[in-house]
Amino acid sequence: MSREPSAHAPSAGGSHVVPVKVYLGVFLTLLVMTATTTAVSFVDLGPWSTVVALAIAMFKATLVVLFFMHMKYSPRLTRLVLGGGLFWLAILLIGTFSDYVSRAWLPISTR
Amino acid sequence: MADAHGAAAPHALPADLQHQFESLDQQQDAASFGMWVFIVTEILFFGGLFLAYTIYRWQFGAGFARGSVEMDIVAGTANTAILIGSSLTMAMAVHSAAKGKRRALLLFLALTIALGGAFLGVKAIEYTDHIRHHLLPGPGFRHAGPDARAVEMYFTLYFTMTGLHALHMIVGIGILSTLFVMAWRGRFTAEYHNPVEISGLYWHFVDIVWIFLFPLLYLIGRHAR
Repeated sequence: MSREPSAHAPSAGGSHVVPVKVYLGVFLTLLVMTATTTAVSFVDLGPWSTVVALAIAMFKATLVVLFFMHMKYSPRLTRLVLGGGLFWLAILLIGTFSDYVSRAWLPISTR
Repeated sequence: MADAHGAAAPHALPADLQHQFESLDQQQDAASFGMWVFIVTEILFFGGLFLAYTIYRWQFGAGFARGSVEMDIVAGTANTAILIGSSLTMAMAVHSAAKGKRRALLLFLALTIALGGAFLGVKAIEYTDHIRHHLLPGPGFRHAGPDARAVEMYFTLYFTMTGLHALHMIVGIGILSTLFVMAWRGRFTAEYHNPVEISGLYWHFVDIVWIFLFPLLYLIGRHAR
């Protein structure tokens, strides 16, 4: 009951209508980034090719989440859900990698 | 009580507001929240596969590089562009629904379904090609070179990850087809279009999965031999 029933306030996430210009801008940026990541794959960057490819992918994913998925205009609770999910993903990845990477440090583990 | 809430949103059908919500805005926030919780379970679902991919690639880098060069980079790039295009049309469908434009909503839903179908078509051509080249893991798998077993591992992960992604696309096309019928029947208004909004969230999530699958499976192993 804390919220006023007549509140069509801009703070309410769902009712925000994103301008078409924003969508087109995001779409063009995503296309340019796709062309970039494909072009970069023809250049031998050694181990950096993975870093560049993943950085571009994360940038693209961020654009999709912020604008296409309206996270930029969503209430804090929704952001917390995604943040919590990514935190748990980080636990999954970091926990497992720390095991695999550190196995080689112990001479007894190699036969 | 119910009358007062109805008056708050003059154009909405009273039936659109479920009794446990104070307003249509609160209802829509709750629906999006629920969809995001589901998407988080999906992030961890795919996360396990990305984890497996990373560990095997780290252990069998040479074999994974040999596997990557079997990919058709043109098909992969085209499919990425197709899927990004489908995300734009999906976003435009949500936009049209929020503006209460029924015809535009129907058009953009149809375009999204068509682009999703095009993606699956390209994927089917690629799969057929891999199978013809004996790259489907199993008794028929054949690959010349020293890392054949590791290449087979690459293709096991490739088919599992892209297959699960394609399954999500098929489910998504089913959802969008349902939305199309609902929109055709005039079920959505500018005030009430939660199903379009949260189905859009799902569709964009599936797009994001591909945004990561594409560089990992097609691009980064091309020079690592």
